[in-house]
Amino acid sequence: MTSVWSGGRSPYAVNSKKFGMWLFIISDALTFSALLMAYTYVRLATPNWPTPFHFSPSIIFSTVMTFCLLSSSLTMVMGVHAMNHGRRKAAVGWILATMACGAAFVVLHLTEWLNLIHNEHVTPFSNEWGVPLFGGTFFALTGLHMTHVVIGLIYLGIIAFAVGRGKFKAEDVEVSGLYWHFVDLVWMFIFPLVYLMSAKI
Amino acid sequence: MSTHSEAVDHIEGATTKAFLTVWFALLFMTGIEVLLAYEQIPTLIFLTALVGLSVIKAALIIAYFMHLKFEKLSLFLTLFPMLILCIVLMLLMFMPDSNRLMMMRPR
Repeated sequence: MTSVWSGGRSPYAVNSKKFGMWLFIISDALTFSALLMAYTYVRLATPNWPTPFHFSPSIIFSTVMTFCLLSSSLTMVMGVHAMNHGRRKAAVGWILATMACGAAFVVLHLTEWLNLIHNEHVTPFSNEWGVPLFGGTFFALTGLHMTHVVIGLIYLGIIAFAVGRGKFKAEDVEVSGLYWHFVDLVWMFIFPLVYLMSAKI
Repeated sequence: MSTHSEAVDHIEGATTKAFLTVWFALLFMTGIEVLLAYEQIPTLIFLTALVGLSVIKAALIIAYFMHLKFEKLSLFLTLFPMLILCIVLMLLMFMPDSNRLMMMRPR
């Protein structure tokens, strides 16, 4: 009996697009873990680490943002489900709902950033507490994450447009879903470690 | 025409009810995290609880939303042990040093 690894068959039983996306996700996960560790490193090494996140608006905003991303993951999974059953119209609707939640996340996040910049005077290079690394690590982490969300919005927009016109297959929607869920997953670490750990009590 | 048997493979266990349950569980754990932030508990316990809950949340997202639970085990074994090993190696490299810096703080 030949092994599944002896060639001619797909040992993972996934298509190449999906496997490619998984490999990208693993490498991106390492990028984010390195950034989170850099953040944790300077945080531990800095005696007077600032805690600028007041309950209102920062913690309330970031909690609502978490809710937006988690809900967008649910709508995305429903979109993939609909597409797997050949319901293209429903799939487009679910993907548009996902994009709406993602857009809400970006708007809330930018509002939160502006609040931090204007009211707490935190910039990527300086702040009132003399800990410039706080702004550096904070904006690098949340900025890279927000870039991922914006790229995800563009990606999903293209997928929704094409699926609505009868192009692309279920597997393409599923691969875009994988990316979107990963963006949600990363926020599950950034929210507690960056926001909740530096909440002003 | 063989358009991949994914529709058949993925239906078992991947129901709307399962997705809604996972979504509620994720929201519930997020709520607990926010509540913990406003309880006066020691930082180390707080951090451990946060990381623990986040890992559980990540596992739920990967297993259900990203469908890994419904893929072949070989895919999981190819991707994740390596990822976890790399993260542990980074932790081993950086955390003792940041701990040393913390102990060296002027008191």
